[in-house]
Amino acid sequence: MIAHGFYRSLPLVLGYFPIGFAFGVLAANTGLAPWECGLMSLFVYAGSSQLIAVSLLAAGAGILTITLTTFLVNLRHILMSATLAPYLGHFSRLQQALFAYQFTDEIFALYSVTFPQEKIPNKAGVFTTNLVAHGAWIGSSVLGAWAGTTLTGSPESWGLDYALPAMFIALLVLQLNNRRHIFIAFFSAALSLLLFWKTGGHWHMIIATLCSATLGLFLEKTPAESL
Amino acid sequence: MLIYPRNTIFIIILCMALVTYLPRLFPILLLSRRKLPPRLKIWLSYIPVAVLASLLGPVLFLADGRLTLHPAPNPYFWAALPSLAVALLTKNMFLTILIGMAGVALLRLFAGV
Repeated sequence: MIAHGFYRSLPLVLGYFPIGFAFGVLAANTGLAPWECGLMSLFVYAGSSQLIAVSLLAAGAGILTITLTTFLVNLRHILMSATLAPYLGHFSRLQQALFAYQFTDEIFALYSVTFPQEKIPNKAGVFTTNLVAHGAWIGSSVLGAWAGTTLTGSPESWGLDYALPAMFIALLVLQLNNRRHIFIAFFSAALSLLLFWKTGGHWHMIIATLCSATLGLFLEKTPAESL
Repeated sequence: MLIYPRNTIFIIILCMALVTYLPRLFPILLLSRRKLPPRLKIWLSYIPVAVLASLLGPVLFLADGRLTLHPAPNPYFWAALPSLAVALLTKNMFLTILIGMAGVALLRLFAGV
């Protein structure tokens, strides 16, 4: 199971690498030391928030702004972790706490496919996958920070700022299982765009997500004939 | 360059770690030992798609707060097209990210940003 867990983590490692590297480069260009990038990747372990935090640091934002933004950006994990929770009943409380610590979008995308197949996920396999992925995340961000200051040209000229949107595109495609999902994706994107365009801030994402999932539930209850 | 004292960075990292961990932890602790109502399960099944799309919507269509598809201020939209194609065809995250970044880099080079 450990070998299987390791093998299963390889796509995550590859997927993390450009994002972690991009984070490291951008962080180094903002003035963070490689060990500080590593520390953030060890303690926080959240690609999107870390990238957003770097841009906030560069803009001179305060502790409260950065913390609150991180919180809002990560609120989506409440919904994701609630989705996987039913498969973790055989984990001890401590194991659940450790699993939660290494819970990311990519981890969710992986297990939302494999847990329903496994029914009762193998613990050794799960933690092997999680540890390897976390290690790759820390390694790639330190490597990026170390390379960051020696890179020729700006991070933008290398397209590094696009790592995050591209990752979201890949994750989204992996989640599109049927037409209702595709419809809800378009609806959520449009609503979020409209809200952000008109009001700004960070709530557009949360509001669009809650409304869209509720619409999805409603569509699911409607018999096909009446559509 | 950074205007922060060194220990402020450390405090920021700890605060970020805390507010990242809590939303991941509590649902697992609270919901792992009980059966979810079927309707809640269906609702939750739409969450990932809705979250990811809601993150992408503003990023792909807005540049500096303006709605525009012109490649100079907004290479993100155009780079999304090959990324989407690669993602659909290969389901490969690494390749998707690489194509997306290359697309943005090339657009910036040739569209002159």
